[in-house]
Amino acid sequence: MSCSRRDLLKNTFKTTLAAALPLSAFKMLSPAEVKAYTGDSSIRWVFLVDTRKCVGCGLCVKACKNENEIPYDPPISRTWVERYVLMKNGRAHIDSPMAGRDGFTDSKIRENEIPADQISKGFFVPKLCNQCSKPTCVQVCPVGATYQTLDGIILVDRTWCIGCGYCIMACPYGMRFFHPVLKVAEKCTFCYHRIKKGMKTACVQNCPFGARRIGNMKNPNDPVTKIIMNERVAVLKDEYGTKPQVYYIGLDTNVR
Amino acid sequence: MKNHVLRPLWVVLAAIALHLLVRQFIVPADFGVEKGGNFTYNFHRLSATDEWRDFKVKYRGREYCQECHEENVESVLQSPHAVIQCENCHGPAIDHPDNPEALAIDTSRAQCLRCHTYLPYPTSQRSEIPGFDEPEDHNPDENCVDCHNPHNPDLENM
Repeated sequence: MSCSRRDLLKNTFKTTLAAALPLSAFKMLSPAEVKAYTGDSSIRWVFLVDTRKCVGCGLCVKACKNENEIPYDPPISRTWVERYVLMKNGRAHIDSPMAGRDGFTDSKIRENEIPADQISKGFFVPKLCNQCSKPTCVQVCPVGATYQTLDGIILVDRTWCIGCGYCIMACPYGMRFFHPVLKVAEKCTFCYHRIKKGMKTACVQNCPFGARRIGNMKNPNDPVTKIIMNERVAVLKDEYGTKPQVYYIGLDTNVR
Repeated sequence: MKNHVLRPLWVVLAAIALHLLVRQFIVPADFGVEKGGNFTYNFHRLSATDEWRDFKVKYRGREYCQECHEENVESVLQSPHAVIQCENCHGPAIDHPDNPEALAIDTSRAQCLRCHTYLPYPTSQRSEIPGFDEPEDHNPDENCVDCHNPHNPDLENM
């Protein structure tokens, strides 16, 4: 077998190249990871809350506060859990002590004894930023500190916010609040730092009962998208026209 | 044109020029709209999104714990507590074992009672979880984990 100088050099080069290719180049990535890496704007983050599964343990609120460095003891939170107890006489008891951070461990509501045999419905509703398609909070910002990313998340530029509080008043969901340490407007980001790495949000990951889910509305094969498209879901305060993107299963008419 | 008309005009023009000059220095260079964005909702300092993306992740998830604590994860996955993430009780891992070296485990009664206080709500799954009516009546001064193993809360295996 003959081997010319040209062939020898060619083959040497090829072999070196093949040997240098790291094994990690063959790692299988999930579609979510690939999209996260490429910054693909064919993403529209949406949230799905199944109120039938929520038991009011408050682990989502605890995780959110720790993850996002929200001061733990002041009664502020990016997400919260509300308890609704509707009585047979038509009265409603609604509360969310400390945003539900420590769970609901008392059948009393605001010092009121609630007789169990008088309850017609009792349930929990987790709430968080609706990441509206037409966000009022962004429209009112006088300095352009809050904005919508192309994948649908409303963020606050902490270095640019002047803390005027217009957005806090403009949000129909009472979602925004003032960060007492940084002195800027604060809001839920759907854990932007996590979803961009292909992870779930802190509240989704730490919910033991699967009551919270996050998905990509632009991916028709996403299980969350399939539920939103095919099953009976509702949004909060549709009448405000902000096009909220947090969908609820099992929403009661008493929930506002 | 009359002088008394021109004078305020010069003042206005000077004010506009000053405003534009000051703006040049104050407004960050990358303030604008992303490709495909719009001025109604997307006008912002572009690098702010990168700052949010680089925020520190603290809850790493069960898979991260499993890399070292395989046995503990396996044991809890066999139990009804399999639905609970490790970090809900053990605290956020952050960069454990480097930082923090040891996690502060929440062994309090309050942590268990988050789910195991009975609440009589017919339309919530809460009423289906085994729980106490009156938690004060059951060894009130002791932590649940002193007797009940949280990784395997089966009462028969106590």
